[in-house]
Amino acid sequence: MLEILDYLSDNVLTINLWIITIYLGFEVISKVPTVLHTPLMSGSNAISGIVIIGAIILVRQSANDDYVSLVIGSVGIVLATINVVGGHAVTNRMLDMFKKKS
Amino acid sequence: MQYINLLYILSTVLLIIGLRRMSSPASAAKGNLIAAAGMGLATIVAMFDPIAGDQGNYAWIIVALAIGTVVGLVFSKKVAMTAIPELVSLFNGFGGACAVAISIIEVYKFGETSSIGARATTYMALFIGGVAFTGSLIAYGKLSGKVKDWKSGISSYFNLIWLALCLGLIIYEVVAMGQIEYLPMAILVVSLIYGFTFVLPIGGADMPVVISLLNAFTGIAAALAGIVYSNMVMLLGGILVGSSGTILTVLMCNAMNRSLINVIIGGFGSSAATAGAGPEGDVKEATANDTAIMMRYATNVMIIPGYGMAVAQAQKACKELDKSLTERGVNVNYAIHPVAGRMPGHMNVLLAEADVPYNKLIDMDDANNMFGDTDVCLVVGANDVVNPSALDDPSSPIYGMPVLEILKSKNVVVLKRSMNKGYSGIENPLFFHERTKMLFGDAKATIETLNNEVKSMD
Repeated sequence: MLEILDYLSDNVLTINLWIITIYLGFEVISKVPTVLHTPLMSGSNAISGIVIIGAIILVRQSANDDYVSLVIGSVGIVLATINVVGGHAVTNRMLDMFKKKS
Repeated sequence: MQYINLLYILSTVLLIIGLRRMSSPASAAKGNLIAAAGMGLATIVAMFDPIAGDQGNYAWIIVALAIGTVVGLVFSKKVAMTAIPELVSLFNGFGGACAVAISIIEVYKFGETSSIGARATTYMALFIGGVAFTGSLIAYGKLSGKVKDWKSGISSYFNLIWLALCLGLIIYEVVAMGQIEYLPMAILVVSLIYGFTFVLPIGGADMPVVISLLNAFTGIAAALAGIVYSNMVMLLGGILVGSSGTILTVLMCNAMNRSLINVIIGGFGSSAATAGAGPEGDVKEATANDTAIMMRYATNVMIIPGYGMAVAQAQKACKELDKSLTERGVNVNYAIHPVAGRMPGHMNVLLAEADVPYNKLIDMDDANNMFGDTDVCLVVGANDVVNPSALDDPSSPIYGMPVLEILKSKNVVVLKRSMNKGYSGIENPLFFHERTKMLFGDAKATIETLNNEVKSMD
């Protein structure tokens, strides 16, 4: 139990940041008109691909002959890149249709 | 190069501004590009940021990035607009899979000195990412018609027990400090299975809510991984998606007048089965000719699109009919229910694709005020969102859900392929109402016929 409290107290800044960002996320979304829900879901889905950074760091920290780590990390990069690039591209396609009319 | 990590701050700002801009129609496209720039910048910084134990391995990274970029672009260019919901779900699954991949490697790196907090964080990233991964695959399968709805009475009990098993194994592993070699793999497997069993019993009609929820899960998994790597962009971007995805999920549930718990445990599927005999009565069939005459000489026509319009790809035909009627002095608008289609805003995207002007798309509340002056309501492949049981039948599973009150209008014509039930499996008394006429057939072909009839009347 003490160990958990230690961990939390070592990470007070992170936890604060976490709380503030939760509210930021609520605020950013709560004023969105329904018409934009699908593009927004698609766009925020692309942002969830930010996990790609973890995969890049993982591959950079892998020993040059640790093929398990290298292969799994690289597969992670491929998948997350599809998420990011595909997500933003498809969002762009959707939003282009709105732009044409206005 | 040592100061390159300052650019992480810039990319965080870009992500926040991007998401903010995406929430208003005029600036949404630019917002998406800003967010994409933030993601690109963060990726570049992640490659050159000085980190402990750097081994390079740039060949691996660059090849992986290139493959992912090409595949992502091809997917996004090739997909039909009707298939966007399942594509988003698939992409989301990939993001979850990445979280799984990195956390399973990280848990095997733990040594004697790793703290309980670090272990718990990594295992939660593994679990949540795993659920987002397999759950999204099931959601993808359901939306694309590859996976059928399946539900048994014990599903929710099974899921509760399985969830307890997942969390129990994680707690044991975290406290036991990696005493059992294969336990991390076992946790991976039970987490992936939970993703399947979590989404499988949820009705296909609820998939928009599920995708939004799983999107939030991927964000949370990314944020947890951000703690593992002490990376602020991952942390902030992940939480942003996690919280905005959660609020979007709640907004969607509100639009259906249901709680999230009710969606997850499964309201529609189970209660519809016990609802017993639905309304019976005579169905009145309309002919294309009658309908065309009625619309041609109407003052106000309201088109109510639903998922059937997406399936039949009838949006362009709709626009053509709209054009012909408008040229002849008829006022044509579209009533958009917030959860029509498979995703909120799905109908708006489809109609925008067909060049229908933005100001003709009427929100539910405004539309409900306009139906009193509407001469003809043309329902194109919508069902549950126009079901009057939601208004007046307390025994109906969807009682209380806000719907388009189209029976306030003078005439209702429903385009439908057959008398099959809607996606939720609930009977719709609208079809048996005295003011309703049914026009059976493929929506696109029927609308084209209507358009030709209207044109031939001059």
